[in-house]
Amino acid sequence: MITVKEVTKRYARNTAVDHISFEVEKGRIVGFLGPNGAGKTTTMRMLTCFLPPTSGTATVAGFDVLEQPLEVKKRIGYLPELPPLYLEMRTVEYLTFVGKLKGLSGTELRQRVDTVCERCAIPDVKKKLLAKLSKGYRQRVGLAQAIIHNPEVLILDEPTAGLDPKQINETRDLIKGLAGDHTIILSTHILPEVEQTCQQVIIINKGKLVATDSVNNLQSRARGAESVLVEVAGRNGDLDAAMVQQRLEKVAGVSRVAFKEKRQNRSTFEVESQKDRFLRGDLARAVVESGWDLNELRPSAVSLEEIFLQLTGEQPAPPGEEPAAKGAGK
Amino acid sequence: MRNIWIICRKELHSYFVSPIAYLLLTMFAVIMGFFFWNVLGYFVFLGMESQMRGEMYPMNVNEQVIRPLLSNMSVVGLFLIPMITMRLFAEEKRTGTIELLATSPVRDAEVILGKWLAAVILYGCMMLLTSLNFVFIFKYGNPDWKPLAVAYLGLLLQAAALLAIGTFISTLTRNQIIAGAATFGVCLLLWVLGWVSGYETATWAQVLSYMSVITHFESFAKGVLDSKDAVFYLTLTFLGLFFTARSMESLRWRS
Ligand SMILES: Nc1ncnc2c1ncn2[C@@H]1O[C@H](COP(=O)(O)OP(=O)(O)O)[C@@H](O)[C@H]1O
Ligand SMILES: [Mg+2]
Repeated sequence: MITVKEVTKRYARNTAVDHISFEVEKGRIVGFLGPNGAGKTTTMRMLTCFLPPTSGTATVAGFDVLEQPLEVKKRIGYLPELPPLYLEMRTVEYLTFVGKLKGLSGTELRQRVDTVCERCAIPDVKKKLLAKLSKGYRQRVGLAQAIIHNPEVLILDEPTAGLDPKQINETRDLIKGLAGDHTIILSTHILPEVEQTCQQVIIINKGKLVATDSVNNLQSRARGAESVLVEVAGRNGDLDAAMVQQRLEKVAGVSRVAFKEKRQNRSTFEVESQKDRFLRGDLARAVVESGWDLNELRPSAVSLEEIFLQLTGEQPAPPGEEPAAKGAGK
Repeated sequence: MRNIWIICRKELHSYFVSPIAYLLLTMFAVIMGFFFWNVLGYFVFLGMESQMRGEMYPMNVNEQVIRPLLSNMSVVGLFLIPMITMRLFAEEKRTGTIELLATSPVRDAEVILGKWLAAVILYGCMMLLTSLNFVFIFKYGNPDWKPLAVAYLGLLLQAAALLAIGTFISTLTRNQIIAGAATFGVCLLLWVLGWVSGYETATWAQVLSYMSVITHFESFAKGVLDSKDAVFYLTLTFLGLFFTARSMESLRWRS
């Protein structure tokens, strides 16, 4: 549905997007992930024919963005970072205007306006001036505007930015509800958003493509095998971490044991294997039978955050409890 | 065509839901009303004087009322035109709605023509309101209507040209005050350029004078439809709109 090949966008001073290539299949929800300034908005603007690429080709629904922009524009619904609202208009006037711009007319137009109002939960503000709407409502009107002509492709630039948690959930549900009929690209710099809404992620950083994969694949790829975190404490006094490690390595099914950290008489290890369910019982028994205390045993979930940091090669932020624990130790 | 009309209706809507349209209409009507009574008063005074002296001055409503009035109108228009065009593109750039227009299946040319047309229509409304003054003259006097129609046509052509220039300037910034001020400066310049021919007869002065929008209005004000002047205004309009289109294009390639 969307094909991007070696697309580059140079501004006067900097390169915002640098040889990016990816494809999006029909009917998918794709998360476009990257920190601020990564080039998400620029890429989306090129896909919507707002900006021409400096080099490379992009096609949407089979039409080239440079050669047949009108055909592309007919098939795209776009919600820019800031909803493009004419504040002096009322909701219905605005949606009618946008509908006309996209080529709708007559009863079809009226029906579509009603439909998108229902769909985006804004029928109660139909007659209100857009200037008087709250941020959440403005975002929804922006979304309604993007789907008014029932486009094949929806491009949403940070659709949940600046909303409160309740509104974020509503918007997410709305987007998921749209998924069946439309191919959706949404950009965000918030990871959980991608985990919760998208099937595929495209990660970019500093204008370069870092990874593109399904969310599931990406998670397991970064995690490698399943792994568990084990925290062991010595019953009286000090704990010999090396001894614990040796003991854990002897447990059947363990492929690797990594020492993570030591605080006072407690040590934490990361244990890797293929089947953690069986392992956890064995690990617990091994620790207790050796006369140590088992403080904690939990699967080490890899968040997209870690994946993201790994992939973009930045240092992961230290875990929140570490500085506090160090302080307590001294 | 349809898209031009959609854009034009939207622009007219935003002119008329905000106070700007009413402010402009009132200002134009009040100023022109003042000029009208002034010129008329002078005309009546001249008439009475010539009667008292017993001489018969040739009195002509067209020459002595309508012509100075319309010349004034064309100058007053220069001051109001920036207020009409300043927001056209600057405001869309500031609020980001330009992204909606630019990603909708409409051509740049349609957007530009729609916006410009709305500005011309608003100016047309302002002119229509001043024509009420002339209804009064037609009721009590017996002027020739043809020169008046020609002068009104000239006024509209002149406004169309300046509005096209204003539209172009509005694409250059996202601040409508700057767009307005720059347009005002250009309008003023295009007016005063004509003054040099008053004391200088060299070629450069004639060229400058030719550039003056007011010079070209003189024959219209006399009621003479000179194709040279009409072509001048139409060319200026075309250039203004053409540069608007180029500016919108380069906006994309640059930013
Ligand atoms: N109009 C512009 N002119 C020059 N540089 C720009 C422009 N827009 C964006 N940039 C630069 O391009 C880079 C990518 O920006 P953007 O696509 O907005 O990132 P994101 O949406 O991922 O936060 C940034 O470094 C930004 O400063
Ligand atoms: Mg952005």
